[in-house]
Amino acid sequence: MRSKRSTNAAMGVLAWIVALLIFFPILWLLLTSFKTEQQAFTVVPNFFFSPTLDSFKAALAQGSGYWHYAWNSALTAIVSTIIGLALAVPAAYAMAFYPNKRTDFLLVWMVSTKFIPAVGVLIPIYLVYSAVGLLDNALGLTLLFTAMNLPIIVWMVYSYFRDIPKDIVEAADIDGASIMQTLFKVVLPLALPGLASTGLLALILAWNESFWSITMTDHSAATLAVYIASFKSAEGLYWAKMSAASVLAIAPIIVLGWFTQRQMVRGLTFGAVK
Amino acid sequence: MKAISRTAPSAEETGARSFARTTRLLMAPAVIFLLIWMLVPLAMTIYYSFQQYNLIMPMYNGFAGLNNFAILLGDPTFWKSLANTLIIVAASLVVTVCLGLALALLFNRTFVGRGVARTLAVAPFFVMPVVTGLIWKNMLFHPVFGLFAWMARQLGLEPVDWLAHYPMLSVVIMITWEWTPFALLVLLTGLQSLPEDQVEAAKLDGASAWQEFRHIVIPHLGQVLYVVVMLESIFFLTSFAEIYTTTGGGPGTATTNLPYYIFQTVFQQNDIGIASAAAIGAVILANIFAIMLIRFIAGNLNAGAAR
Repeated sequence: MRSKRSTNAAMGVLAWIVALLIFFPILWLLLTSFKTEQQAFTVVPNFFFSPTLDSFKAALAQGSGYWHYAWNSALTAIVSTIIGLALAVPAAYAMAFYPNKRTDFLLVWMVSTKFIPAVGVLIPIYLVYSAVGLLDNALGLTLLFTAMNLPIIVWMVYSYFRDIPKDIVEAADIDGASIMQTLFKVVLPLALPGLASTGLLALILAWNESFWSITMTDHSAATLAVYIASFKSAEGLYWAKMSAASVLAIAPIIVLGWFTQRQMVRGLTFGAVK
Repeated sequence: MKAISRTAPSAEETGARSFARTTRLLMAPAVIFLLIWMLVPLAMTIYYSFQQYNLIMPMYNGFAGLNNFAILLGDPTFWKSLANTLIIVAASLVVTVCLGLALALLFNRTFVGRGVARTLAVAPFFVMPVVTGLIWKNMLFHPVFGLFAWMARQLGLEPVDWLAHYPMLSVVIMITWEWTPFALLVLLTGLQSLPEDQVEAAKLDGASAWQEFRHIVIPHLGQVLYVVVMLESIFFLTSFAEIYTTTGGGPGTATTNLPYYIFQTVFQQNDIGIASAAAIGAVILANIFAIMLIRFIAGNLNAGAAR
């Protein structure tokens, strides 16, 4: 019994050590963001120092452009999520409650578009976007984020709708409610928590997206991912500022992510793991 | 009662017809959107792959037949990028799945502060890949100012220039750091749905820890593992940000994977035809995994319907 207890304790300690090791790079980024540029860029790392908010001030200062990129990130993530939900909810509703023989095929087809690699559609989208003026344009990027997330959103909303007992919807139909009335009065209120977590997942994925932002935007529609990537050639010049900008960009997502772990698993595995 | 049953069929019929129309209208926007943003571009990529199409040399543009593919197959950089892509997928897959499984088993035990520790361990998955690249490049891998260099010096070793001398290993380390938490998260969710009574029964029957793992945990986790492997393969095939922010595909072509090769062909050489041919290659590669995964998802769907 005692040996079992001590193995348990040892395993607990091991788990904590592993967790801290995995988390360490993020912690180091966080520490660096509270240093001055001189403290950040040293041969012998500073583990103990008096924290300063200078780097955050520099990162957020007027002329740093931070707010411009943050605004673009927020705008594209939020609007793409709203459009995605607006497209996905009716489709998922029809498939979940009024299925026909083509439903399974359509659902699987929608999911399968998620597996087309971005480079497979990059070139025509780039050419068409530059022809119609959607390059470096917030709307253009937003619609790409919508397309990227729509399969996952449809799938998740569908799976949440399927959790609603069918009798409730049938009862509403028999009471003479139209399809749309049933959707708004019965189904949506019941699925609200599911819709919220679906939206959150789409928001996180859009916010963290980098391939489309880097290839399709330059400045006016550029997101935080593009801004932070622009530090890639700053050889040690702005490490503290880069860290502060990065912390501001990832902190909200890490916090949201911690709250949505389960939904994340459900959404990203297309319901195979709940 | 009788009246209802007599009128019911016809009402149901007209109802069904209008239902069909309404449901089609409900599905149309999403389907059309995906057609325009995914399938039409894919078809255009296929079309471009048969065209000689260079943005800065438009005078030579025209039908090219299989020429782009011939050029591609004769280009050592393409083969190198294909090999790099597969190395990244295979290496990252082995490490993230093995490590993820070990960690999931570890974090499935009860210990003090389990929730907090688990939360810290999954955090890297939520970090923007661009930030991941910069953290590792500047603050950990840097041969002079990086933490690894300092640790090496503390141990009396020569600091290593990771990105220059072990570029592929470095890329795999970064991807592994980001995706092991994903494997951990999914596998842990799978473990937590492990049927308790089976475990108890096995223990009563005197099963050893290894037997319990081999005969109960692994079969139960089988389909979870399958999904993790397929999903990760598809994501690893398209790794981009970690390479873009750190090695830029180099040194030379040491870490140029297929997406990065296509990116360079489009934006540096402006060669739409060749890039499209390479993109078709990437789509085919992704499809090998996607078809298996889609079959699995579709199978799950039918099982759900039967329930």
